[in-house]
Amino acid sequence: MKKLLTAILFVPVLAFAAGAELHLDRAPDRANDTAALQNGAKIFVNYCLNCHSASYMRYNRLKDIGLSDPQIRENLLFTADKVGEPMKIAMQRAEAKAWFGVAPPDLTIIARARASESGSGADWLYTYLRGFYRDESRPTGWNNAVFANVGMPHVLWELQGDQLMGEDHKLTLAKPGKLKPQEFDALVGDLVGYLKYMGEPVAEFRKQLGVIVLIFLAVIFVFAYALKREYWKDIH
Amino acid sequence: MSKMTSLLKGTLNWVDERFPLTSLWKEHLAEYYAPKNFNFWYFFGSLALLVLVLQIVTGIVLTMHFKPDASLNASGVPVAFASVEYIMRDVPWGWLIRYMHSTGASAFFFVVYMHMFRGMLYGSYRKPRELIWIFGMIIFLCLMAEAFFGYLLPWGQMSFWGAQVIVNLFSAIPFIGPDLSLWLRGDYVVGDATLNRFFAFHVIAVPMVLLGLVAAHVIALHEVGSNNPDGIEIKKKKDAQGIPLDGIPFHPYYTVKDIVGVVVFLMVFSVIVFFMPEFGGYFLEYNNFFPADPLVTPLHIAPVWYFTPYYSILRAVTYPLFGIDAKFWGVVAMGASTLIIALLPWLDRSPVKSIRYRGPLYKGFLAAFVVSFLILGYLGMLGPTPLRTIVAQICSVIYFAFFLLMPIYSSLDRCQPEPDRVSWK
Repeated sequence: MKKLLTAILFVPVLAFAAGAELHLDRAPDRANDTAALQNGAKIFVNYCLNCHSASYMRYNRLKDIGLSDPQIRENLLFTADKVGEPMKIAMQRAEAKAWFGVAPPDLTIIARARASESGSGADWLYTYLRGFYRDESRPTGWNNAVFANVGMPHVLWELQGDQLMGEDHKLTLAKPGKLKPQEFDALVGDLVGYLKYMGEPVAEFRKQLGVIVLIFLAVIFVFAYALKREYWKDIH
Repeated sequence: MSKMTSLLKGTLNWVDERFPLTSLWKEHLAEYYAPKNFNFWYFFGSLALLVLVLQIVTGIVLTMHFKPDASLNASGVPVAFASVEYIMRDVPWGWLIRYMHSTGASAFFFVVYMHMFRGMLYGSYRKPRELIWIFGMIIFLCLMAEAFFGYLLPWGQMSFWGAQVIVNLFSAIPFIGPDLSLWLRGDYVVGDATLNRFFAFHVIAVPMVLLGLVAAHVIALHEVGSNNPDGIEIKKKKDAQGIPLDGIPFHPYYTVKDIVGVVVFLMVFSVIVFFMPEFGGYFLEYNNFFPADPLVTPLHIAPVWYFTPYYSILRAVTYPLFGIDAKFWGVVAMGASTLIIALLPWLDRSPVKSIRYRGPLYKGFLAAFVVSFLILGYLGMLGPTPLRTIVAQICSVIYFAFFLLMPIYSSLDRCQPEPDRVSWK
């Protein structure tokens, strides 16, 4: 009987046990670090925004992270004429598809889309962007530990250097790049912090507003409860 | 009498001679006598009404900016998908309206499930309230249709593939199935035609039916009067004026009480809207932040949490019968699992209504039903494995046994006597 009971109790546990998922490194939190977000925006515009668009994101929205219109215009405005325009690119999608096999996706909300049970979207991007390794069997010469047979080559290659995938499925740095590994991780951290910000620019304001709304509702609750007690005191 | 009051009174008289304003107010609020012993579970009816209003108001604003268009824009993104992001970024306060609407959908189901469970706890569906229950069940079915149509609109990966899976279910029907699903979609795959018709159903057809049904639900309730946690009729004991001894006017007593419930609800609602609008991927699925792509099938297609118990039942049916595919019987089982709830008034043969006076048999069956419903809901979010399928099959059997065996166990049960007057437990 006891055995049967244990068996019954354990069946759901076995049924619900999820298989080991992909291991992701935790992305550093840059949400309130304006300098890091600005640096991330610069990296994004320089390295990503040639093949990838961010077509829901307007340049002048970057005022959120402490930039002024003239700063945006002089330093970041490469793909548009006016700061009110969205971050579009000149590359034609059909051509891009012919070159890379797949048209590079729009990156505005990539940090939201890549979230999963394994980790946040920022964690995925942070691991992915640091997970490129040399693979001569691929047309670009690059493969990725998180996104197998990815179409994108290692764009930050000069900075990180060449990684190799070992037999033990661990990455080793075979040829150092311009940056030390810690510096490269910090740079990718800034870029991912920016991508996360761009995924939902209103996120920080949303939380601040939430605190005010909850305080307001708490005050209303006190009055509502007092009113209810006053009306109900004669009901027995 | 001051000049102002007499002016107001005159106006009211003028209206009352032409429209039953005062008598409606009295009949449904000021002189509608509700049992005085409503507890926690009785907040969810008025909350459902609140969420309905919230969804309609936020929905109207969203409709002003949303574009039901599946074609690709210059950046290669479907216009419908891009218009949702436009609302999130460029429409002033659009993000708040959109999160309220998306959270509101889940809140609606939570509130309605609690409201339905209240009915099961206290036997609110029993005579003379069978029609209230039937109207409520049709509201529940409409709500599921409304949620299903609405989920396609953001045109993300889960929107697209979820709709594809559900519409394909109809193709399991023998003979007419394939043509029927083609007719529903308006295309060979879910496409622009599907998006536009789902939009029409979501913003006009289903809400109109819903509003009518809600009115019928409330009118029927006010005709027979509310049940209460003791499951006894307060109208059996009246005072000299014909007012139930245990009744209190809905207004002001329950209006002021429901305001407290509304504020608490809004606090929970705000925590989700402002601090966790995706709710860990349960309210806004992560994969739905990728635009719909007919060429890329997601590894794991799961419906939103409120549909998962029925989805589990659908998947649990794995045996073909009478030479017809198991998928068809799965669809039948899924349909039956929602429709069978409507039969409760006739399945329940207990001499008492409320759980407070029922015997151990009913309590045991109800507990098993709740547990199996929750397990089915959980399993519906996960991909199937052989073991999970067996667990889902056991839970599906318990789910149906709760209803189908009810005429037997509810009449055999050893119940306690009901009190004469309501109690404050």
